[in-house]
Amino acid sequence: MNWGSPAEFFAMGGYGLYVWGSFGICALLMIVEPILASRRRKDILRSLRRERFAATLDSQ
Amino acid sequence: MSNNKIINWFKFASPQSFYPLAGKMIPWFWTLAAIFTIAGLWISFFVAPTDATQGEGYRIIFIHVPAAWMSMFLYCVMAAWAGIGLALNTRLSGMMAQAIAPTGAIMAFLSLWTGAFWGKPMWGAWWVWDARLTSALILFFLYIGFIALQAAIDDARRADKAGAILALVGVVNVPIIYFSVKWWNTLHQGASVAINKAPAMATTMLWGMLIMALAFWMYAIALVLMRVRAIILEREAHTDWVKDLPEVKGN
Repeated sequence: MNWGSPAEFFAMGGYGLYVWGSFGICALLMIVEPILASRRRKDILRSLRRERFAATLDSQ
Repeated sequence: MSNNKIINWFKFASPQSFYPLAGKMIPWFWTLAAIFTIAGLWISFFVAPTDATQGEGYRIIFIHVPAAWMSMFLYCVMAAWAGIGLALNTRLSGMMAQAIAPTGAIMAFLSLWTGAFWGKPMWGAWWVWDARLTSALILFFLYIGFIALQAAIDDARRADKAGAILALVGVVNVPIIYFSVKWWNTLHQGASVAINKAPAMATTMLWGMLIMALAFWMYAIALVLMRVRAIILEREAHTDWVKDLPEVKGN
């Protein structure tokens, strides 16, 4: 174990800004990207359902 | 040996059969990504020792190297799909190339960003016009250029072809990035891991990096499959098989 306390862990031996600045942005992008990708599919599915619904109205 | 055991791989080259297959694979790759991420982060912060010269600052390596590897690897895969699409005119190939580009661009961005955050404390500069850094920046621009070019062309098949040419020409940049630290006198350090020599780092550090690389790999596959499913629906919206999908039919 490298760390005596949580404060020591967050300080990263004086490199806190750089280590957390790297890991933070990495984590942020890897959370946002899947959200955007799944939203993209949901958007196209919604419009496909709408088209299908419109088609059933037309045929009536 | 009976013939019915042979899987017809070309079957999965059609968007219609690949769409449900990708859907089934996504949770598996997310699970693997989660396992490798937890194990990799544990090693990165709690098992790997403090570096003798760089203190705790070196821990950036655990995301910097995997992101840089993925940015180059994904570019090659993207160019390969684009090339297959150009040669065989298969529909799925262009969709795969298009699905890979944003994830590749994010990996390229992360390698530059984490590199800057590593360079500042160790070299004293966020950025230098070093051969490694410059060629990695060009890779990022190639991804952006590919995405922009495809977005600028309305016809999807034409966009695929134009993008494929760009992707294939840009492949020349990948070996330049990889060998830049050998060919030129760079501020960036040489390869930490190479096939023809023993890794120049402690075993636990190496394992941490490799497991994080696997995590990035699984993440990238899951993401590309998610995105290609959206692209398949967008491009095949006019077809009957899409209109008959349960997720389209059922409200």
